[in-house]
Order: sequence, then C-alpha cells, then structure tokens
Amino acid sequence: MRRAFAPWSNPDAKPLIRFDNVTKRFGDAVAVDHLSLDIFEGEFFCLLGPSGCGKTTLMRMLAGFETPSEGGMTLGGQNLAGVPPYRRPVNMMFQSYALFPHMSVEKNIAFGLKQDGLPKDQIAERVGEMLRLVQLEKLARRYPSQLSGGQRQRVALARALAKKPKVLLLDEPLGALDKKLREETQFELMDIQHELHMTFVVVTHDQEEAMTMADRIAVMDHGRIVQVATPGEIYEQPKTRFIAEFVGDVNILEGHVQGRENGLWRVKASSAEHPLTIDDPDEVLHSGQAVAIAVRPEKMLIHRDPPEPGAVNVLSGEVWDIGYLGDWTVYRVKLATGEILRVTRANASRFVDNPIDWDEQVHVTFAPDAAVILAE
Amino acid sequence: MNRRLSLFNVTSLVIGFAFLYLPILLLVIYSFNASRLVTVWGGFSTHWYGALFRNEALLEAAWVTLRIALLSATLATVLGTLAALALTRYGRFPGRTLFTGMVYAPMVMPEVITGLSLLLFFVAVDLDRGFWTITLAHTTLTMCFVTVVVQSRLMTFDRSLEEAAMDLGAPPLRTFFSVTLPLIAPSIVAGFLLAFTLSMDDLVIASFNAGPGATTLPIKIYSQVRLGLSPEVNAASAILIGIVTLGVIGATLLSKRSVLRSRRTAH
Repeated sequence: MRRAFAPWSNPDAKPLIRFDNVTKRFGDAVAVDHLSLDIFEGEFFCLLGPSGCGKTTLMRMLAGFETPSEGGMTLGGQNLAGVPPYRRPVNMMFQSYALFPHMSVEKNIAFGLKQDGLPKDQIAERVGEMLRLVQLEKLARRYPSQLSGGQRQRVALARALAKKPKVLLLDEPLGALDKKLREETQFELMDIQHELHMTFVVVTHDQEEAMTMADRIAVMDHGRIVQVATPGEIYEQPKTRFIAEFVGDVNILEGHVQGRENGLWRVKASSAEHPLTIDDPDEVLHSGQAVAIAVRPEKMLIHRDPPEPGAVNVLSGEVWDIGYLGDWTVYRVKLATGEILRVTRANASRFVDNPIDWDEQVHVTFAPDAAVILAE
Repeated sequence: MNRRLSLFNVTSLVIGFAFLYLPILLLVIYSFNASRLVTVWGGFSTHWYGALFRNEALLEAAWVTLRIALLSATLATVLGTLAALALTRYGRFPGRTLFTGMVYAPMVMPEVITGLSLLLFFVAVDLDRGFWTITLAHTTLTMCFVTVVVQSRLMTFDRSLEEAAMDLGAPPLRTFFSVTLPLIAPSIVAGFLLAFTLSMDDLVIASFNAGPGATTLPIKIYSQVRLGLSPEVNAASAILIGIVTLGVIGATLLSKRSVLRSRRTAH
C-alpha cells in the first residue's frame, strides 16, 4: 500500500533539492529564468514542458554540467556551487543512454563503483544486485551493441542506480522506446523508485508519461515554472491556458464575465446562446473581464434531444467527425460560430441503439463545476 | 544504374591500374632478377636480397629510416591528437580559424618549400643537421595527417559518454583515459601508421635536412641510382614498398573499423 505522501504541503518539511532564484543564460538566450523550486526526499518529480522550455538545462545544472548564471542550488543543505559533476551525490540516466560501447554490461554497471575505489567483491555483489533488479543477469557479458533498445535502457538505469545516489536524474528515460514497452517501463520505474525509496527527477515532454509516474509535476515554459502540483491538480485545476492545452485535451470557450450569482460566475461566451454558469469559487474576477473557460472533453455530454428549458451550459451544433477508439468515442461538434468542440464518451456498453451519427444536430452540455475559468 | 561491367569500364580500369602499378610491379619482378644488368632478365634469383643484407651502407640507412619513422610518427601522433582535441573540443576560441589553417598547411604546401624553410630554420638556430633534424622535419610534415584522422573520429564522438563517466565519479583525466582514449584509439593508431609510412618514403624533405651523419633509405637509393642502377636497390625498394603497403592497409582497416563502431553505437 502506498502511504499518503505529500511533504510539499508540510511547512516544516526540509527540501532535498532547492533551486533558489536560478537563471541560466546562453549568450543572449535565457534558458532558465529566475526559477525557484523545492523537491523533497523520496519524490518522483517530473519536469514537463515543450522542447526548449529549459527543463533539460535545469537538470544539467543539477548534475553539474552547466553552471547557473545567477542564483544557487542546494542538495541536502549542501551548496552545490563549484562542486564538479564527479563529486555530486547525483547520477543521471542519459537520453541517449550513453553506455560505454567498449565495456560489457557488467563493466558498465561497475564503472561508477570502481571510481569510488570499492573492493572487488563488493563491486561484484552490487553489480549482481543491479542486474537482478533490471532482470539482465543473463546478458552481463554482452556489449551494448548486442542489446535491444529496451535492454540498453535497463543497463543505463542499473548503471545510474548502482552508486545509490541521493537523486537519480532521468532525461527523457522512455523517449526511445516503442509505445507498449514505454507503458510497461513507466510502471517498472515507479516500482523501482518505490522499492529503493530514492528521489527521482524526470525530464519529459510527454504529458502522459509525467501524469502516470510523477508525485508532482512542474510544468515549464520559456524558462519559468508555470505550475507545480500533483498530476490531478494539474489536470483538473490548470492555472493557465498554456497548461490546460499542454496537458491533455481541452475545449476553450472565450467570453466575458457578466457577474456573480449565488457564488456562481455568469460568463457570456460568443459560442453559447445563453450566458454560461461556472462554479470556480477561488477565481477573483471583475465584470467585463475577458476570460477563457476550459472544459475537458470527457466532462462534456452530448445529446440528440434538446435539453429541458432552464438547463445550464448548452452549446448546439452538428456532428462534424466521429472517431471510434474502442474504449472511447470522440465526437467533434461544429458550433454555429465555426468553433469545433471535442467531446468524448466512454463506450460502457457494447451495443447502442440508434447511435448519434455524422451531420446530426446535437446539444452539448456540461456541469458548472466541470469547467475552469482561466483569466486571460 | 548499370552495375554490369562493360567493355569500356574494364578497359579503363585495366589501363588505370596498369598506369599506376605496372612500374612498381616491374621493379618487384626485377628485384628477383639473377642478372647483374637491371634491364635484362636473367632468371629468377633471391641473390640481390642476400647481397642487400650484406651491404652495410644500405642496412645502416634502413636502420636510420626506421628509427626516424618510429620516433617522428610517435611525436606526430601525440601532437596531432592534441591538436585534434583542441580543434573539436574547445569550440570557438580566438584564432581558431588561423590555427586550423596552420595545422593543415603542411598538407598542401609543396614539399620543397617545407624542406627548404625547415633547413633555413635549423641553420638559423644552429642545429646540426642529421638524425634529429630529419625527425623534427618529419614530425612537422606528418602531424596534420594524424590531426585529420583523429578529428574525423572526434566529430562523431558522443559527448554524453564523457559526461556519463564524470557523472559516475570519474575526474576529467580519468574520463579521458578510461572512455575517450579507448574509443578513439583505432583512429590514433591509423594516424600513427599513416605518419610512419609518410616518414619512411619521404625523399624531398629528408634530403634538405639530412646531414653527413644520417642518410635515410630513400636518399641512399636515390643517390645510388644516379651512380648507376644496381639490382640491390630494386630489392631494397621492394622491401620498402612492402612495409609501406602494410602500413597503409593497416591504417585503412583501423579507421574503417572505428567508423563502423561509432555508427553502431549511434543507433
């Protein structure tokens, strides 16, 4: 059983890794922009963002391959400034795996232990342990060129774990694997992290990967962190339109705030006949303010019959496309304004009488608490 | 594309290779000539090889040549590898373009000019011409070839391998010796073999910088030929050709292997 694990919500908890107002410039380009971040011991932490957002630079600074232009980093209270990569209690799994081609699998795994000057029998024991962990005992004497992509990934993982680092950095760890293997490996990584009680920091551009594995996700854009939260919060309460659109699918309805009634916001959107009713009590808005309303496709319902009078949040249009995915069906509904909504429906039963067809007039509704208001 | 051998292809191939290798083949054949006269075939014999090994002057010259080739190739390999590392690793440093041009200059410079300028330099610094001046001159000549070979390997070298070694606790020097060097070793050996063979068969630069104390085999052969052809020289040349051929083949095989290996790890 996994315990409830949330050191970030405990004000007394000391972070393992702290970025304190870190900036990194390459010439004129700013890769990381005045960024502060705390990562706690035992966390599975994901840095998520599009390519060029600065996530890899942030990780390379932690490993010691880049030096911050401004600001500082601490690891377990120790200031990392001036500590070279080979003296940091941090190991990295490289995107290219970076296995030494002239060494066998066991020599690769033993490399880091040898640098510490451990006695031979201890090295052999630890290498054996690591090979068992990643289930590669039989391939110990093979060379990297004789391994498949998935096997190389495991060797890289075993090599990075062998020294029991305080933090394991993983740079796009699953990027080179095919879809099926990637899914399996995601869960394996989680199991290994849980078993070893180690802190993992993963860099990825794949939101699904981040959602599956992470305790917390930091979404980055243009060298800044836009939001740090659990996968659930990121998905259900995105702070900005960028996050809502980057993580998962979303429908965005643009409009203006009309006012507040009974604690619910009334928003006039161009795509809906009547003002929309949104339950997002934490937002502070004023009348006339331009806002974006974000609704996830699975939280929208599609009907053929017009809803009863007085129903809230109704959008009408025609079915433009239908995509059948087996577990889900995706409807693309074109509104009178030309906007296209994406609505998904779980295929809970095998047979549906008279299913909604192409070009049909339909009505899409959503509950007031299904939507999030994003200030523009 | 037409992959079949047409008459035209075969003919041009034969003529081309004949043009290149017929004289050499003739020389090797005549080194087994029993006759005293170089141009008249008098039957097969290894007599001149025997005579060669009793010819003290030629043997002495061969020994000097070998020592110069080994020493200058070693120096050129060390310097050339360092230059290759500097050119690929230190990004854009001031004077990089100038440095690149200067490293490659001896490759395109007429040998007469290289030889002459080195001679002037050695005279200016008052260095007695002989073994050491030829060695230094050959190092200058062959260093750029090592640089070219090693640099082409370093260009395809995955830097994250070195980062991984450092990340696992190896300081820079140990990273170089345990990861970088083993991986670029084939290209370094190939560079060495190239430098070695270039030094072995160089006549022009060596003759500018040779002194009374040291004569290399190519100089010796050349001066003997001027006095009249001797079948012994044919035998000596045949052996020289053999050594150079082996060196070039070795260098080609090694650089091919290192290219293959780097390609395999890239996938």
